[in-house]
Amino acid sequence: MPKTILFIEDESSLQETFRGILIREGYEMISAMDGEEGLKLAKTEKPDLILLDLILPKIDGFKVLKRLKEDPETKKTPVIILTNLEDVENVNKALELGATTYLVKASYSPEEILEKIRRILGER
Amino acid sequence: MKLKKILHQLNIPAQCRRYRVPLWQCPQFLFPIMGIVIIGAAVIAYLIGTRYIKDPEIIALIVLISSGVLFILTYIITISFERLAEVSRMKSEFISIVSHQLRSPITNLSWAIDILMSRGLRGAEKKQLEYFKILKENSGRMKELVQDLLDVLRIEEGSLLIRKEKISLVEIVKSLIFKFQPFALSSNVEIKFDFDKNLPEIFTDSHQIKVVIENLLDNAIRYIKRKGEVKIRLRKKENEVLFEIKDNGVGIPEEDQKYIFQKFFRSKSGTKQQGSGLGLFITKSIIERLGGKIWFESEEGRGTTFWFTLPIK
Repeated sequence: MPKTILFIEDESSLQETFRGILIREGYEMISAMDGEEGLKLAKTEKPDLILLDLILPKIDGFKVLKRLKEDPETKKTPVIILTNLEDVENVNKALELGATTYLVKASYSPEEILEKIRRILGER
Repeated sequence: MKLKKILHQLNIPAQCRRYRVPLWQCPQFLFPIMGIVIIGAAVIAYLIGTRYIKDPEIIALIVLISSGVLFILTYIITISFERLAEVSRMKSEFISIVSHQLRSPITNLSWAIDILMSRGLRGAEKKQLEYFKILKENSGRMKELVQDLLDVLRIEEGSLLIRKEKISLVEIVKSLIFKFQPFALSSNVEIKFDFDKNLPEIFTDSHQIKVVIENLLDNAIRYIKRKGEVKIRLRKKENEVLFEIKDNGVGIPEEDQKYIFQKFFRSKSGTKQQGSGLGLFITKSIIERLGGKIWFESEEGRGTTFWFTLPIK
């Protein structure tokens, strides 16, 4: 069974770019355009890993993260924060709330992000 | 070198221009004035005091007046510091938002290029085209953001170039509707245009007015989620022309309405966080510079109508 990754991101072109890479690598990707939809999919689809942006419509990324980590059904799913907000405050806040790691989009290539995903999923 | 530095510091008007505050709000100017008032008051009080020693009321009056002047000066200085702090706060906010706004399209660009260069895509022409489309869209977004930032800078500096000429607003609206047709079609939106047959030509800046109508039309189409329509009307009203643009899109939530003409504000009702958040700020500033007024009404879930007026002459 291919592993499923949920990408919560309001930029459709980023989603599409990343979808191509994940499919090529044998993953399945599901996506949400806002925090509300993301939370719903996290519960119903039970992905193996969540990629989460912080600036999102409806419910922002921090709230999504908090709720994911409060819910017994989703709290064990690893969450990678994938954002362009870089300040230390945000990084600390996300890690305190239980994010597995925090990546700044502009500083990582898709290959490097893929490498992190593999490592977190215990594949390397 | 040191002398040059001291001389530069003595050039108070130049220093104040650097802070972009008028002289009467500039601490570098106000402090020496305060010093002169203090010294002047002391000297006058001394001179008068030595001559009219028998009349202490005059001296008391001078002290009272000079204290009053000093009080006012101190108050203005406090305000000027507040203003400088505000400017600095706005600058850091500006930098943080701009860097974030520019980073999104840059990330899109670099990710798409990475993929285009990766081995997996060689030969897959259709997929490649999709990524080229992403490249084009995002370089366009960056260009737009830079243009908007330059416009804001010019507006704030008061150096926005206005060149008025006689123009037909009807023709301008028609050409812009034509330009936006592909975007409207792909968004499933119909644009309708209705105008008074005897609408006069107006004396205004055609380039700036195009910027205004483009911003309003782009927003109207962008915020319609499903099938919808945008209605534009042009009417004459006394000495003015009244422009109306009405959409049946998502509307602006009531709590957001008071902020929509502010810089970098984007309503949360927008699905995709595209655009610079500067469009309506620029629009309002241009309309006001051209001597008109702009306002709107909106209801969440029902749509938004914007109006602006422009003087005919």
